[in-house]
Amino acid sequence: MLDYITSYLKSDTTPGQAGNLLWAFIYIVLIFLGLSVAVIAMNWLERKILAHMQVRLGPMRVGPHGLLQPIADALKLLIKEDIMPAEADPFVFWMAPLIVVITAFTVFIVVPFGPAHAVTDMNIGVLFMLGVSSLSVLGVVMAGWASNSHYPLMGALRSSAQMVSYEIAMGLAVISAVLMTSLNREGVGTLSMIGIVQAQQAQHVWFIFKFFPLGLIAFFIFAVAMVAETNRAPFDLPEAESELTAGFHTEYSGFRWSLFFLAEYSAMIAVSSIAVTLWLGGWMRPFPNALSGETWDRVFSLIPGLSFLFLAAMTFYSTARMPKHSYFRVQTIGLAGFGVVLALIGLVLFLPPVRDRIQDIFWFSAKVATSMYMYIWYRGTFPRYRFDQLMTVGWKVLLPMGIGVLILTAIAGVLL
Amino acid sequence: MAPVATTFFFYFLSALTVLSGVAVIMRKNPVHSALALILALLGQAGLYLMLYAPFVAGVQIILYAGGIMVLFLFVIMLVNIEKSQKEEQFNKQWLVGLGAALALGLLFVLVYVKGRALFPDRAILLPEQSNTQQVAILLYGNYMFAFEIASLLLLVAIIGAVVMAKKRI
Repeated sequence: MLDYITSYLKSDTTPGQAGNLLWAFIYIVLIFLGLSVAVIAMNWLERKILAHMQVRLGPMRVGPHGLLQPIADALKLLIKEDIMPAEADPFVFWMAPLIVVITAFTVFIVVPFGPAHAVTDMNIGVLFMLGVSSLSVLGVVMAGWASNSHYPLMGALRSSAQMVSYEIAMGLAVISAVLMTSLNREGVGTLSMIGIVQAQQAQHVWFIFKFFPLGLIAFFIFAVAMVAETNRAPFDLPEAESELTAGFHTEYSGFRWSLFFLAEYSAMIAVSSIAVTLWLGGWMRPFPNALSGETWDRVFSLIPGLSFLFLAAMTFYSTARMPKHSYFRVQTIGLAGFGVVLALIGLVLFLPPVRDRIQDIFWFSAKVATSMYMYIWYRGTFPRYRFDQLMTVGWKVLLPMGIGVLILTAIAGVLL
Repeated sequence: MAPVATTFFFYFLSALTVLSGVAVIMRKNPVHSALALILALLGQAGLYLMLYAPFVAGVQIILYAGGIMVLFLFVIMLVNIEKSQKEEQFNKQWLVGLGAALALGLLFVLVYVKGRALFPDRAILLPEQSNTQQVAILLYGNYMFAFEIASLLLLVAIIGAVVMAKKRI
């Protein structure tokens, strides 16, 4: 038994390829927990960052600087009454949030957090991610139809039209990146997520800078399409509050609503990780060429720990700035405790065995986190599109651009 | 690496596909029929996976389950469902149906009896790792002309649809 557990630790492939079921299960649980924490953190960060962009304070009441607000929200949602409309189709109404959540979480099977840090590596990795996430639109349509109400139906119609049209532009951008993986001696590309990052490693370039500006344009198309795919601002027409109340999930409440919420954020993380894998070098650290060598490797390996220490320092600074009134004593102690936890995590990340194992995961997560910040930034910056403008952008701008980039990439691949 | 529970998965996926196929024609509500059809298509994708054809399975999910069926649902949701539920569902052609069912059953029995002689004892192990490449070589190498003609045909179909839908373009 112990041999079975430890035998995987020496291998340098994913548990799926090594055929180790136990470690595959451990990875799945870890990814699930990590995602849940990420969604909770994202919830707090989004409200806080949006508030600061609009010169407000945001949540401040529950916990120091509103840190416990997402937990309070989750509790509220769990103990809220679960209402099903009388005229709703019960089975479809019950299935819809499940389908959305299952598809949003299933795609993480192939997300490569590192050369060995994925549940498994599939031969059709990108195709699998696009395919399974395209199933989530079914859940949206089902939710809108089963509610048997006008606003959800309109929201579902809009969002299915939007998701199906932007999938095409997205697919074209992905194909141009997959085409770049085939520029090796054998001339054989790959669809596997780990293989794509290894191709970038072998060609010594992130695909966003390949054939400048072709890679950049493909990344731009994908970046726009992924915002539309996840129904986020400025493309959040399906849930345009002023017109459609809350879109397809108007009739959902309590726990079922929170499943939609969870699915939305994990879908955002999923598409961001496709973008990171395809164009931003996946788990590779920044500047692998310009700043290469033993010394630079050592320096970059210290960054994960240092960034956590920086967060801890910021937390201690905020602790010092807390009001000195006795009413805030518990909150001040809590904030200091949070800082201590962050500092401890930072110190653990300096230990050599942890440091070497955590590197790739850290860089991948950092890139995904940057993309998530962009999502919040878009929401704070851009006004919402009108529906016909949305369709015009999808079909008349992104689609021709995608075809053009694909053809030019193919030509450049043959000539250069 | 040995395949995991191959026989079990085969029977499971086949049963799923067949049962949801039956549900497609049995349900009165067209939306339920469409959902059952999606389940049948997903089961089919699983069967492709079992044939070591992951690319075909992925394309099946993207195109049929994620694309075409969404359009189906889209259209069905715009139709008045109450009216269609009152309509006669079966045409009471039980004599013809019985004949067809008997013929199909006979075919199944024959395949079961003669099957061992027809099919090889052991399936050829297909290379799963290069499935995508093999498909690409076939499509863009051997059947290049047919592939391009098919795309031209689709283009004509799109233009035809636009011409029929819009009087003034």
